[in-house]
Amino acid sequence: MPDMILREITSLLLPFIQMYGIYVVMHGHLSPGGGFAGGMILGVSLILYILVFGLDSCLRKVPHRLSSFLESFGTLWYAAVGLVGLLRGTSFLMNKGAGIDLGTPGELFSSGLIVVITIGVGIKVASTMLSLFYTLVEED
Amino acid sequence: MVDKLIGNYPYLIAALIFAVGCYTVLSHSNLMRKVIGINVMETAVFLFFVASGNVLGGQPPIIDLNNSDVIYVNPLPSALILTGIVVSVSVTALALGLVVRIHRQFGTIDADEITEIRSNDNA
Amino acid sequence: MRKFLALLVVLPCLVAMIMLAAELPPYADPDNPTNNEVPTRYTEQGVEEAGATNIVTDIIIDYRAYDTLIETTVLFTALIAVMLTLKGAGNNHA
Repeated sequence: MPDMILREITSLLLPFIQMYGIYVVMHGHLSPGGGFAGGMILGVSLILYILVFGLDSCLRKVPHRLSSFLESFGTLWYAAVGLVGLLRGTSFLMNKGAGIDLGTPGELFSSGLIVVITIGVGIKVASTMLSLFYTLVEED
Repeated sequence: MVDKLIGNYPYLIAALIFAVGCYTVLSHSNLMRKVIGINVMETAVFLFFVASGNVLGGQPPIIDLNNSDVIYVNPLPSALILTGIVVSVSVTALALGLVVRIHRQFGTIDADEITEIRSNDNA
Repeated sequence: MRKFLALLVVLPCLVAMIMLAAELPPYADPDNPTNNEVPTRYTEQGVEEAGATNIVTDIIIDYRAYDTLIETTVLFTALIAVMLTLKGAGNNHA
């Protein structure tokens, strides 16, 4: 039963892949990686789920409305974080000039707005990968 | 000239991979192989650009706060190539979407047969 | 025939690129013209101006943040273009 072997191994392996993707996104300012690479790891883990379990069971977990909402949410999140600098009196997309406390370098919650922007970019890239795969595979 | 060439070995390898990709695009008539050839050419360009920022005996550009006389590699080419990689992914996705659409319309993905079908329709 | 013509086009380009690779500055040399004062400033003052110890993240999100913003719209535009190609342009054209 090759189908059963694939299902068992994938359902054991997927939580670790997604946790690694979230780790790469969150530690974007401390080790190599960042928003784009971590977002791609998360998106590719969902594509693996579609390949093993079928398109319908992934459409039940992440329907079309949710993935297109997350897509626009990522872009607007980046622009909204940039407006924080405007509200504080300096120019658009300023980190230290807008008076945000930078913390001690080397910690997880340091460097102000960089973590916030990285999470937004990661969500956007993951949902773009998933939406592209939905569009290419569906046939009507 | 030959030992200058052997000293610059990453540029030589990037040129060879680019030539292989270019030959793949030009000599096959299957559309899917052309898309793969374009991807290989883009990989060669990224290798050439990132390899030009290396410094002899350098560490990756993650600042170590404990010792302060370490040589770091040039971080600028890596930062510029991230944008290029995203553009490469977008171009590949659009090319694959076009191939799927062509297959739905004509029933084949061979470029010579598509030209024949179109010229038979117009004649 | 097609393979012979393709080889005829690719081989002069390959020879030209190999001759170019011999004329470039030596690989991994600290005195390269690309290691001028710009990367030195990013590696020396990056941590206190932007706060992240990863200099590449520092550059793409703090020093050159506009490029990354337009980059995300490039991804968005590519997705819309693929959807338009494969699903048609809407079925209620009056």
